Amino acid sequence: MSGVILILALTLSQMLLVAAMACAIWRLVRGPRAQDRVLGLDALYVAAMLVLLTFGIRTGSTTYFEAALVIALLGFVSTVALAKFLMRGEVIE
Amino acid sequence: MSHTTDLPAWVALIVAFLLVLGSGLTLLGAIGLVRFQSFYERVHAPTLGTTWGAGAILIASIICFSVLQSRPVLHEVLITIFVVVTTPVTLMLLARAALYRDRTEGTPGVPQFEAAGEPGAERPGTSD
Repeated sequence: MSGVILILALTLSQMLLVAAMACAIWRLVRGPRAQDRVLGLDALYVAAMLVLLTFGIRTGSTTYFEAALVIALLGFVSTVALAKFLMRGEVIE
Repeated sequence: MSHTTDLPAWVALIVAFLLVLGSGLTLLGAIGLVRFQSFYERVHAPTLGTTWGAGAILIASIICFSVLQSRPVLHEVLITIFVVVTTPVTLMLLARAALYRDRTEGTPGVPQFEAAGEPGAERPGTSD
Protein backbone atom coordinates (compact mmCIF):
# COMPACT_ATOMS: atom_id res chain seq x y z
CA MET A 1 0.00 0.00 0.00
CA SER A 2 2.74 2.43 0.92
CA GLY A 3 4.56 1.50 -2.27
CA VAL A 4 1.47 2.33 -4.33
CA ILE A 5 1.15 5.72 -2.62
CA LEU A 6 4.80 6.48 -3.23
CA ILE A 7 4.68 5.42 -6.89
CA LEU A 8 1.55 7.53 -7.48
CA ALA A 9 3.16 10.54 -5.78
CA LEU A 10 6.33 10.06 -7.84
CA THR A 11 4.33 9.92 -11.07
CA LEU A 12 2.32 13.03 -10.15
CA SER A 13 5.50 14.83 -9.10
CA GLN A 14 7.23 14.00 -12.37
CA MET A 15 4.22 15.18 -14.37
CA LEU A 16 4.14 18.49 -12.48
CA LEU A 17 7.87 18.96 -13.01
CA VAL A 18 7.55 18.22 -16.72
CA ALA A 19 4.78 20.84 -16.89
CA ALA A 20 7.15 23.28 -15.16
CA MET A 21 9.81 22.44 -17.74
CA ALA A 22 7.26 23.08 -20.51
CA CYS A 23 6.51 26.54 -19.03
CA ALA A 24 10.24 27.29 -18.89
CA ILE A 25 10.68 26.16 -22.50
CA TRP A 26 7.75 28.37 -23.52
CA ARG A 27 9.51 31.36 -21.95
CA LEU A 28 12.78 30.23 -23.56
CA VAL A 29 11.19 30.22 -27.02
CA ARG A 30 8.81 33.17 -26.69
CA GLY A 31 10.89 35.46 -24.45
CA PRO A 32 10.77 38.95 -25.90
CA ARG A 33 14.38 39.68 -25.02
CA ALA A 34 17.59 37.77 -24.39
CA GLN A 35 17.45 38.04 -20.60
CA ASP A 36 14.01 36.38 -20.59
CA ARG A 37 15.48 33.46 -22.50
CA VAL A 38 18.35 33.13 -20.04
CA LEU A 39 15.85 33.19 -17.17
CA GLY A 40 13.84 30.44 -18.87
CA LEU A 41 17.01 28.37 -19.28
CA ASP A 42 17.77 28.84 -15.57
CA ALA A 43 14.30 27.62 -14.54
CA LEU A 44 14.60 24.77 -17.06
CA TYR A 45 17.77 23.31 -15.61
CA VAL A 46 16.49 23.57 -12.04
CA ALA A 47 13.36 21.62 -13.03
CA ALA A 48 15.47 19.06 -14.90
CA MET A 49 17.63 18.58 -11.81
CA LEU A 50 14.51 17.95 -9.71
CA VAL A 51 13.21 15.43 -12.28
CA LEU A 52 16.50 13.54 -11.99
CA LEU A 53 16.15 13.48 -8.19
CA THR A 54 12.66 12.00 -8.46
CA PHE A 55 14.07 9.36 -10.85
CA GLY A 56 16.65 8.60 -8.17
CA ILE A 57 13.94 8.08 -5.54
CA ARG A 58 11.94 5.91 -7.95
CA THR A 59 14.80 3.59 -8.88
CA GLY A 60 16.59 3.65 -5.52
CA SER A 61 20.00 4.25 -7.08
CA THR A 62 22.36 7.13 -6.25
CA THR A 63 23.63 7.51 -9.81
CA TYR A 64 20.95 10.09 -10.57
CA PHE A 65 22.14 12.18 -7.64
CA GLU A 66 25.52 12.67 -9.29
CA ALA A 67 23.89 13.66 -12.58
CA ALA A 68 21.75 16.21 -10.68
CA LEU A 69 24.86 17.60 -8.99
CA VAL A 70 26.59 18.01 -12.37
CA ILE A 71 23.51 19.79 -13.76
CA ALA A 72 23.44 22.16 -10.77
CA LEU A 73 27.16 23.00 -11.15
CA LEU A 74 27.11 23.50 -14.92
CA GLY A 75 23.82 25.41 -14.81
CA PHE A 76 25.26 27.93 -12.37
CA VAL A 77 28.36 28.45 -14.50
CA SER A 78 26.36 28.75 -17.73
CA THR A 79 23.88 31.28 -16.31
CA VAL A 80 26.69 33.42 -14.90
CA ALA A 81 28.52 33.28 -18.25
CA LEU A 82 25.36 34.24 -20.15
CA ALA A 83 24.64 37.14 -17.76
CA LYS A 84 28.21 38.34 -18.20
CA PHE A 85 27.81 38.06 -21.96
CA LEU A 86 24.59 40.09 -21.90
CA MET A 87 26.25 42.84 -19.89
CA ARG A 88 29.64 43.07 -21.58
CA GLY A 89 29.24 41.43 -24.97
CA GLU A 90 32.03 38.96 -24.19
CA VAL A 91 32.54 36.30 -21.56
CA ILE A 92 36.30 36.31 -20.91
CA GLU A 93 38.07 39.65 -21.13
CA MET B 1 9.98 -1.13 -8.05
CA SER B 2 10.75 -3.43 -5.13
CA HIS B 3 12.47 -0.99 -2.81
CA THR B 4 9.44 1.29 -2.52
CA THR B 5 7.50 -1.46 -0.75
CA ASP B 6 10.29 -1.77 1.84
CA LEU B 7 9.50 1.67 3.22
CA PRO B 8 7.22 1.93 6.27
CA ALA B 9 3.89 3.57 5.58
CA TRP B 10 4.57 6.80 7.50
CA VAL B 11 7.88 7.30 5.67
CA ALA B 12 6.17 6.73 2.32
CA LEU B 13 3.46 9.24 3.24
CA ILE B 14 6.00 11.89 4.28
CA VAL B 15 8.10 11.34 1.15
CA ALA B 16 5.01 11.45 -1.08
CA PHE B 17 3.77 14.66 0.55
CA LEU B 18 7.16 16.36 0.22
CA LEU B 19 7.49 15.28 -3.42
CA VAL B 20 4.09 16.65 -4.40
CA LEU B 21 4.69 19.86 -2.41
CA GLY B 22 8.05 20.50 -4.02
CA SER B 23 6.99 19.78 -7.58
CA GLY B 24 3.78 21.76 -7.16
CA LEU B 25 5.68 24.81 -5.94
CA THR B 26 8.13 24.44 -8.83
CA LEU B 27 5.20 24.38 -11.23
CA LEU B 28 3.74 27.52 -9.58
CA GLY B 29 7.06 29.29 -10.08
CA ALA B 30 7.16 28.23 -13.73
CA ILE B 31 3.57 29.45 -14.26
CA GLY B 32 4.62 32.76 -12.73
CA LEU B 33 7.52 32.82 -15.19
CA VAL B 34 5.01 32.56 -18.03
CA ARG B 35 2.30 34.89 -16.71
CA PHE B 36 4.16 37.91 -15.30
CA GLN B 37 4.37 40.91 -17.58
CA SER B 38 7.81 42.49 -17.24
CA PHE B 39 11.24 40.94 -16.84
CA TYR B 40 11.77 42.45 -13.38
CA GLU B 41 8.63 40.67 -12.16
CA ARG B 42 9.53 37.44 -13.90
CA VAL B 43 12.96 37.25 -12.27
CA HIS B 44 11.32 36.56 -8.90
CA ALA B 45 9.17 33.62 -10.00
CA PRO B 46 11.69 30.76 -10.53
CA THR B 47 13.14 31.24 -7.03
CA LEU B 48 10.03 29.44 -5.75
CA GLY B 49 11.37 26.34 -7.49
CA THR B 50 14.90 26.74 -6.21
CA THR B 51 14.01 27.31 -2.56
CA TRP B 52 11.00 25.23 -1.52
CA GLY B 53 10.80 23.14 -4.68
CA ALA B 54 14.37 21.90 -4.52
CA GLY B 55 14.29 21.91 -0.71
CA ALA B 56 11.24 19.68 -0.36
CA ILE B 57 12.35 17.18 -3.01
CA LEU B 58 15.87 17.00 -1.54
CA ILE B 59 14.43 16.46 1.98
CA ALA B 60 12.24 13.70 0.54
CA SER B 61 15.30 12.10 -1.07
CA ILE B 62 17.28 12.32 2.19
CA ILE B 63 14.46 10.69 4.21
CA CYS B 64 13.89 7.96 1.59
CA PHE B 65 17.54 6.90 1.27
CA SER B 66 18.21 7.24 5.01
CA VAL B 67 15.37 4.84 5.82
CA LEU B 68 16.26 2.45 2.97
CA GLN B 69 19.95 2.18 3.89
CA SER B 70 19.41 2.43 7.71
CA ARG B 71 22.04 5.16 8.03
CA PRO B 72 22.04 8.94 7.57
CA VAL B 73 22.45 9.68 3.86
CA LEU B 74 23.29 13.34 3.69
CA HIS B 75 24.95 13.88 0.32
CA GLU B 76 21.82 15.64 -0.98
CA VAL B 77 22.68 18.46 1.42
CA LEU B 78 25.46 19.29 -1.03
CA ILE B 79 22.96 20.11 -3.79
CA THR B 80 20.79 22.05 -1.31
CA ILE B 81 23.66 24.26 -0.16
CA PHE B 82 24.86 24.73 -3.72
CA VAL B 83 21.45 25.72 -5.12
CA VAL B 84 20.67 28.03 -2.19
CA VAL B 85 24.02 29.80 -2.49
CA THR B 86 24.15 30.13 -6.28
CA THR B 87 20.56 31.17 -7.11
CA PRO B 88 20.79 34.73 -5.67
CA VAL B 89 24.16 35.21 -7.34
CA THR B 90 22.95 34.20 -10.80
CA LEU B 91 19.67 36.08 -10.62
CA MET B 92 21.30 39.27 -9.33
CA LEU B 93 23.88 39.12 -12.13
CA LEU B 94 21.07 38.56 -14.65
CA ALA B 95 18.98 41.44 -13.26
CA ARG B 96 22.00 43.75 -13.35
CA ALA B 97 22.69 42.77 -16.95
CA ALA B 98 19.04 43.40 -17.88
CA LEU B 99 19.09 46.78 -16.09
CA TYR B 100 22.27 47.74 -17.92
CA ARG B 101 20.75 46.79 -21.27
CA ASP B 102 17.54 48.70 -20.52
CA ARG B 103 19.49 51.78 -19.44
CA THR B 104 21.73 51.86 -22.48
CA GLU B 105 18.72 51.49 -24.78
CA GLY B 106 16.77 54.17 -22.91
CA THR B 107 13.76 51.99 -22.15
CA PRO B 108 11.14 54.01 -20.24
CA GLY B 109 10.44 52.94 -16.68
CA VAL B 110 13.97 52.15 -15.53
CA PRO B 111 16.15 54.58 -13.52
CA GLN B 112 18.81 56.16 -15.64
CA PHE B 113 22.53 56.49 -14.93
CA GLU B 114 22.17 60.15 -13.96
CA ALA B 115 19.83 59.27 -11.09
CA ALA B 116 22.70 57.90 -9.01
CA GLY B 117 25.22 60.75 -9.11
CA GLU B 118 27.16 62.11 -12.04
CA PRO B 119 26.43 60.72 -15.51
CA GLY B 120 27.98 57.33 -16.06
CA ALA B 121 29.46 57.09 -12.59
CA GLU B 122 27.30 54.21 -11.41
CA ARG B 123 27.44 51.96 -14.41
CA PRO B 124 27.00 48.39 -13.25
CA GLY B 125 29.86 46.06 -13.88
CA THR B 126 32.67 48.58 -13.86
CA SER B 127 33.63 47.86 -10.27
CA ASP B 128 34.52 44.18 -10.57
